[in-house]
Amino acid sequence: MIYLELLWSFFQIGLFSIGGGYAAMPLIQDQVVDIHSWLTMAQFADIMTIAEMTPGPIAINSATFVGIQVAGIPGAVVATIGCVLPSCFIVMTLAYIYYRFRELKMVQGILAGLRPAVIAMIASAGISLVIMSFYGEKNLPVDLSGINVVSVIIFAVSFLVLRRWKVNPVYVMLGAGAAGVLMYSVI
Amino acid sequence: MKYDKKVFIKLFLSTFQLSACTFGGGFVIIPLMRKKFVEELHWIEEQEMIDLTAIAQSSPGAIAVNASILVGYHVAGVIGALVTVLGTVLPPLMIISVISFFYTAFRDNVIVDMAMTGMLAGVAAVICDVVITMGKSVFQKKRILPVAVLAASFTAVRFWAVNIILVILVCAVIGAIDTMYQSKRGGAAL
Repeated sequence: MIYLELLWSFFQIGLFSIGGGYAAMPLIQDQVVDIHSWLTMAQFADIMTIAEMTPGPIAINSATFVGIQVAGIPGAVVATIGCVLPSCFIVMTLAYIYYRFRELKMVQGILAGLRPAVIAMIASAGISLVIMSFYGEKNLPVDLSGINVVSVIIFAVSFLVLRRWKVNPVYVMLGAGAAGVLMYSVI
Repeated sequence: MKYDKKVFIKLFLSTFQLSACTFGGGFVIIPLMRKKFVEELHWIEEQEMIDLTAIAQSSPGAIAVNASILVGYHVAGVIGALVTVLGTVLPPLMIISVISFFYTAFRDNVIVDMAMTGMLAGVAAVICDVVITMGKSVFQKKRILPVAVLAASFTAVRFWAVNIILVILVCAVIGAIDTMYQSKRGGAAL
């Protein structure tokens, strides 16, 4: 049955994609293009592009897209459920453990050791985003002159507004999008 | 436990709104959640938010989904977690459902492309802002170890592409050893 196949495929994607986002891509390709032939490679590339352009996790976006292509809206719902089920079980168990034991001195020590690492990871992700935004590619190019000036301006203004006036990040992101449309239309 | 219906509605609306705005994937949800649940609603503490990020990051699945499960569970138990998962998956589910009918037109649209390029710069700023805010707490402790852990994990992840789970495990061990050492000396831990 197609619904069960969708559920099981995306359950596996949800279960084995640790580290989020881009870690899920090869898994999705494996299930959706190679094993089940639900999408062609060109369609897969399209959905990855769209997943990056629209809000929400890549795995959920592709679950919805594949589900619709294969079995309409019910397919989309089933694939999405499959995708989040492993998280529900595993993360809720971890949440229970965390709130039960976090007062223990040892657990506090471990968590204190983790915090700087978490911040370092977010910092690394942030730098990747800055490079992506300024140069349109993941790694810093050899020639640094190809910088996107509009993006630099939007970045600088957004950053200033966030630090100085503590504006809600949601408004900053929407404002940055509007600024992009305005500035590129003028140029 | 029984919770007020208002709490569930607030949880649903908050996660729905956040999820509808998480362009750029992954960690982008963290600053948004921090703003909403730490600064606005005071449902979660600053340090707790970092702990939840660590759990969300090291569990399988999307970070946004995992983080919302943690928040929902903390605020209103298992039902709370189910409510926040629903709030998180509904926006992408609806948006992609609509877009899938004309996705080639959407993908090639010039205005969409302009907005996305602008938004990417905004998202980058949002992440940098939260890194500075969170990073301050590490430096304010005036201890060398947390700063060293920060620098070492950054180098490992950024330049050597070390697996994130491995970094988290190693730092957990460092934290455990430090706690044992500190309590032997009778001093305060990290």
